Amino acid sequence: MLIATTLAILVVMIMALVRAFLGPTIYDRILAVNTFGTKTVLLIAVIGFLFGRPDFLDIALVYALINFISVIGVLRYFEYNDEVAAHEYNEKAETQKES
Amino acid sequence: MDTVVNIVSGACLLLGSFLIFSGGLGLLRFPDFYTRMHAAGITETLATGLILLGLMLLAGWGIVLAKLMMILLFILITSPTASHALAKSAQHGKLAPQLAEPEDQRSR
Repeated sequence: MLIATTLAILVVMIMALVRAFLGPTIYDRILAVNTFGTKTVLLIAVIGFLFGRPDFLDIALVYALINFISVIGVLRYFEYNDEVAAHEYNEKAETQKES
Repeated sequence: MDTVVNIVSGACLLLGSFLIFSGGLGLLRFPDFYTRMHAAGITETLATGLILLGLMLLAGWGIVLAKLMMILLFILITSPTASHALAKSAQHGKLAPQLAEPEDQRSR
């Protein structure tokens, strides 16, 4: 069961990476990176049990803290910066709708 | 007793894996930022809780259980907070949601 869970987490991490590379807006990328970080915490915990070394859980805890702080920090930077973030994507959607 | 605990833990892990996978599929396939955030944000909390619950059942009493409880508590607090901050940031950044075309509404 632990191996199946590890494989599922790895597949989902690959999906999140694909979304982070594809993502049309900056928010898609932030969402994908956030998901990737949460899944990394789970992966470290499950792999610790799989190898019989639950000491890995300390690393998972620290990684959860770092992930949350970094996502909130990046979001604070982009929150009031609408020229950078969504403008180009919205304009492209408008022109597609008109044509 | 041991067998029962192992079976319940395996069921929790399997269900958590399925939820994680559906969340990842939604993150990859949905057409719009807000729908993607819905898929990822909803499945994240329950899937993480189920997988950590399965690990807790495997761990037994001890310091490992305490660490797993701390991770679970922290993720239960931070994951909805991150989703909320993301939605608020996208709304302030004036990201337009993808709406249905007017022709579709008339034909309904």
